[in-house]
Amino acid sequence: MNTLKFAFNGLKRDWYSGELRLIGISILIAVACLSSVSFFTDRVKRGTQKQATELLAADLVLISSKKIQTKYIDAGTSAALIISLSESFRSVVLKNDKLELAEVKAVDSSYPIRGHLRTSDNLFGEEQVNDSIPSRGSAWVDSRLLQALQVDIGQSISLGASELIVEKILTYEPDRGGDLFNIAPRLMMNRADLDKTKLVLPGSRIQYRLLLGGKSERIDAYREQINVEDNDHLSVQGIKDARPEIKSALERAEQFLGLAALVSIALAGLAVAMSAQRFAIRHYDNCAIMRCLGLKQGQITQIYFFQLMLLSLICSFIGCMLGFFAQEVLNQTLIGMTQQPLPDPSWSPVLSGLFAGLITVIAFALPQLVHLREVSPLRVLRKDLSPVPLNNYAIYALAIITLVLLSPWQSGNVNLTLYTVAGLFLTAIALALSAKMMIKLLKKLQPKLKMAARHGLANVTRRSDQSIMQIIGIGIGVTVMLLLTLVRTDLLEGWQNRLPNDAPNYFLINIQPEQVSGIKAQLSASLGTNIELHPMVRGRLIKINDNIINPNDYKDPRANRLAAREFNLSYADEIQIENRLVAGKWWYLDDDSKNYFSVEEGIAKTLGISIGDQLTYSIAGKDILGEVINLRWVEWDSFNVNFFVVSNTAALDSYPSTFISSLFIPESKRSMLIDLVKQYPSITVFDIDAILTQVRIIMNQVIRTVEFVFIFTVLTGIAVLFAALQSTHDERSHESALMSALGANRKQIVSGLVAEFMFLGGITGLLSAIAASVIEMALAEYVFKMDIIINPLIWLIAPLACCLIIVSTGLFGTRKVLASSPMLMLRKV
Amino acid sequence: MDLDSNNIVEAKAIVKQVSSPEGTLTILADVNLSIKQGESLAVIGVSGSGKSTLLGLLAGLDTPTSGKVILNGTILNDLDEDGRAQIRNQSVGFVFQSFHLLPGLTALENTALPLELAGSDQADEIARQRLADVGLSERIHHYPNQLSGGEQQRVALARAFACNPKILFADEPTGNLDQKTAQLIIDMIFKMNKDNGTTLVMVTHDDALASLCDRNVVMTGGKITKDI
Repeated sequence: MNTLKFAFNGLKRDWYSGELRLIGISILIAVACLSSVSFFTDRVKRGTQKQATELLAADLVLISSKKIQTKYIDAGTSAALIISLSESFRSVVLKNDKLELAEVKAVDSSYPIRGHLRTSDNLFGEEQVNDSIPSRGSAWVDSRLLQALQVDIGQSISLGASELIVEKILTYEPDRGGDLFNIAPRLMMNRADLDKTKLVLPGSRIQYRLLLGGKSERIDAYREQINVEDNDHLSVQGIKDARPEIKSALERAEQFLGLAALVSIALAGLAVAMSAQRFAIRHYDNCAIMRCLGLKQGQITQIYFFQLMLLSLICSFIGCMLGFFAQEVLNQTLIGMTQQPLPDPSWSPVLSGLFAGLITVIAFALPQLVHLREVSPLRVLRKDLSPVPLNNYAIYALAIITLVLLSPWQSGNVNLTLYTVAGLFLTAIALALSAKMMIKLLKKLQPKLKMAARHGLANVTRRSDQSIMQIIGIGIGVTVMLLLTLVRTDLLEGWQNRLPNDAPNYFLINIQPEQVSGIKAQLSASLGTNIELHPMVRGRLIKINDNIINPNDYKDPRANRLAAREFNLSYADEIQIENRLVAGKWWYLDDDSKNYFSVEEGIAKTLGISIGDQLTYSIAGKDILGEVINLRWVEWDSFNVNFFVVSNTAALDSYPSTFISSLFIPESKRSMLIDLVKQYPSITVFDIDAILTQVRIIMNQVIRTVEFVFIFTVLTGIAVLFAALQSTHDERSHESALMSALGANRKQIVSGLVAEFMFLGGITGLLSAIAASVIEMALAEYVFKMDIIINPLIWLIAPLACCLIIVSTGLFGTRKVLASSPMLMLRKV
Repeated sequence: MDLDSNNIVEAKAIVKQVSSPEGTLTILADVNLSIKQGESLAVIGVSGSGKSTLLGLLAGLDTPTSGKVILNGTILNDLDEDGRAQIRNQSVGFVFQSFHLLPGLTALENTALPLELAGSDQADEIARQRLADVGLSERIHHYPNQLSGGEQQRVALARAFACNPKILFADEPTGNLDQKTAQLIIDMIFKMNKDNGTTLVMVTHDDALASLCDRNVVMTGGKITKDI
């Protein structure tokens, strides 16, 4: 016997009879959802990486304190990479009797390889994007230098032995990043004029940069080819070293999408499992007859295995195609929102889509169908001989294990996966227990109800095991849908709220202690809000307990970098608003007996610092020892001023410090900065609008994508609902037909069904709302680290909505029963 | 309208056709049948001869493709499903081969169901009485799966007589029962039929059972071929 052919014919037959449709449609929706998410996130990720390269002004940068050796340049040329060289150094710039220390950058015509320079013709005036660099004999300077030298555009300034004409005000250079607080005002000049300045002499402190651009595989090959370890003066920066704000936004984006994808797998799997169970039960007789006719158990397994694999491949393929078109539609809706079009989609999501489809079927449907081999041939004589059904809880357990295995691959975040899966697992248990309890309680209410309600409730209570399974199935579906709605609104809003329209767009640094009160008063008066200024003390960590810090002891490059550099320390009486204690306690206001440190949890982990450790910092030639008494979580992407290490006031207030502030200045009030800079020429103003814009773009892309993915999730949720209601469809049909035979009119039958679905919906909705709220709080607290307030309305809206959806879906599912003659339905039994 | 006031059921030239992949299939072809009030009628015939289809049409569970069915003076063809349901509730009782009890309702609830559907205030009392009539007073709170086949059929009988139907339709009422239990059920059907003055229309394979009825009609290939 050709089992493959038999399976194929069976597949066609069962598809046309509708038996396999729900399984197929569930796979199709799940794969469409997964592949559209994969297609789109792949494109967004590559697009964002492209944006991140702008922050380096290149795809790769080699930085050296010595002239870049020609072998690195030659290697770049032979690898057909775009090359740009630049030199940066500090030098005094003169104008008449005024002099100012500036950070000079000499660039060639290829600069910047990625991104653009932006300039303005007036101080804090309108920006223009520039594709050129300063022409020979001229300089572009930033607003602070312009103010400090009291020079206007078109006038000349002296740099070393050369005279340069101020051509434009430089407002943005892509790779200005780095340590914002340690740099002097910028002067950018043409590299061809560098020799004329006579500033590049042996022993001059110059930072040489080699910027490289090209296709990622060539960049990777180049990076591998050059052996930087041989050269102590060379460091390499790739796109992974993009700004932390962008990195954080991108990571969060992936988390949100990962969550959505995970949810769609969970729901589709659930729908597949439920429809497969019904399919199996309805095939008991077929199997008994086939076995009676001589089919072996192994052949039964083969037939259903082939059927499922065929179904899965066909539906997954169609799902991938749908996913592809769906993401293209999404891409079209995003045009205009992004600064540049997304890269073309790659084909790898097709493979992952097909794989996900197969895995979903293998985990959720195959066990049920393989179980058909257990059908006894004796069933042809005794209908009551059904195989011992697979334990529903075992099926759910298998589903959860599959999710655990699949989810890191989808969400890429172990924490998120664990919380979600644990949430689903606990939800299933909680739903089962509470449903059991509620059904018991409602049973007592039964005799007091009117006929329709009594029959509806009787249907729920007497099929209590099935009802509980339905409540778990639909409940998990509704919980994740609610969760996604809540996540979409509460969490996304929470995230967006961190970057409200008035998020800080300027940093003021180098504020001297004696300027604090004056600047504070001036800013508060101009902006109408209270501006916070934070003290900043530079210090190098030299000891953790008795261990002397040697950067080379840290293998992790980030730890190595952190150990090698000076920290910006701060002191405060109270914890900053957007910081949160994760361990230990804050210090008492009046406790100045000892030095205390509060350390950001990330850096504490990187450097191996724990509560109780004694840290020694070297500040202005003096050592200061203090105890770490708490660890903080810091909201880095808030754009507010934050510090890795904060001490109590008594510890640091006697050391030399400057002050720093971040503030929002609306476009209309930007001219106030001119007065401020005039009055306090030593302070430096940084405009971070460009970075803010980039983060907002990523957020908008993610929010739109999550909303789009949400549509798929709702579809999979509806599939679950159908599958769950289908599981008792045959019984319900029989009952309705019987009621009709006994003289019940349509209204009475419908009322009974409505009552049943309402009880089911009410219980499910209420329990799901509670479950979703709890999981959301856990996600917000431990994963997304946000404060959210659950809207109690959800506990009212969810049961009502659930009732409405289950009643309409249920009635839609039983419409055939109501339209058929009772005789037909009774004969089917 | 040509209605014989003595006839409780009349079938006039009824035809039942269904669609199949091979084309239209005629299950009943031009069947005419009149059943008098209080009469007991057995419909017999081989499998597929159309017995159960005829029973379903006479009871208003289905509608003919053409022809008329008149039940208790009402032309069923003129009614919609709700109208037919009302007739079934008021005038008809059913006993099926596979009992067709609602699994989630107790014996009492099952019996009371048609009474409740009819809006009776005394559904509970009447149902208890009917269950007592079939000897199940002690088992009124049992669910169908806690009852034997014979007991389930007795509950079905109690339910069938709950609303004092004018006519009882029985489809192979003993088909799923052993001989001893079957006999008990048969005795009960005929006793209750007599006590309540009900008309009985019964589909059966069992000649002995058929012989207990006043009249037998034999069906062959969708037609009545004998009326004894």
